[in-house]
Amino acid sequence: MTVNYMDAIRQRYERLGYTAYRWFVTDETPAWQKLSVPLDKARLGMLSTSGAYAVGQVAYHYKDDTSIRAIASDTASADLRFSHITENYLVDPRKDPNCILPIDTLRKLVSDGTIGSLADKVYSCMGGVYSQRRIRDETAPAILEQFRDQQIDCALLVAM
Amino acid sequence: MCLVARHLEANGIPTLCLGSARDIMTAGRPPRAAFVDYPLGHSAGKPFDRDDQLAVVKAALQGFNTLTQPGQMLTLPNRWDNDDWIADAGSNQGDDTRQPRDESPQFQLAADREAALATGAL
Repeated sequence: MTVNYMDAIRQRYERLGYTAYRWFVTDETPAWQKLSVPLDKARLGMLSTSGAYAVGQVAYHYKDDTSIRAIASDTASADLRFSHITENYLVDPRKDPNCILPIDTLRKLVSDGTIGSLADKVYSCMGGVYSQRRIRDETAPAILEQFRDQQIDCALLVAM
Repeated sequence: MCLVARHLEANGIPTLCLGSARDIMTAGRPPRAAFVDYPLGHSAGKPFDRDDQLAVVKAALQGFNTLTQPGQMLTLPNRWDNDDWIADAGSNQGDDTRQPRDESPQFQLAADREAALATGAL
């Protein structure tokens, strides 16, 4: 049985008297870009929407924080931290960051030849932002610029 | 995440979204998606289970090879250890689980604030 989060959260907020969270809903077919190289030759970029930061960086705040963090991809997972408006989902990631920011996993997939290489930096942002406009205008272009700078061939996005 | 994926793809970068909320990914129609039926917070595998993490991420990445139509979603075969989490996760009862909306950085540990001050990031 698959959980229907949108219905459950909508009903919960309604019962508590809060305005409904507005998820992005579309009927429009997304753009499509073919891989230019096979996965085992590709340089992979990664974004986790978990609100991860590395020790030495600033944590996210909980009022529509649309900023991003660039995290060196050789960072030890023990040096990863999390701040996300829905902290209840962070219990396990705070013990083992690889649940939601697969940094050790991706390094292993490079060494076993599944992917060609991992970009020098991986990225995080914080999900649960209320303003779709600000995601479109701020977060998405910032990630695009960073991924271009990292010259990646494709990107894995891991949702909180 | 879906908005970001669609923006990246429209600008020439192939993307694959890995997530544990099938309905939210279905609604946002990212170019490629992989769904793993785990409690939220574990889209990249079970804690401290390196084999499971490797299996989940590796199977998801195969979507770059097997998904051929924009908006398709792969369902991964991995199962959580039990189904106890499902009733809670899908419940419309209980309190608001969000943290207060505040503009100060919410460091996980007090020492992280000191570290951010030391690097000049804060």
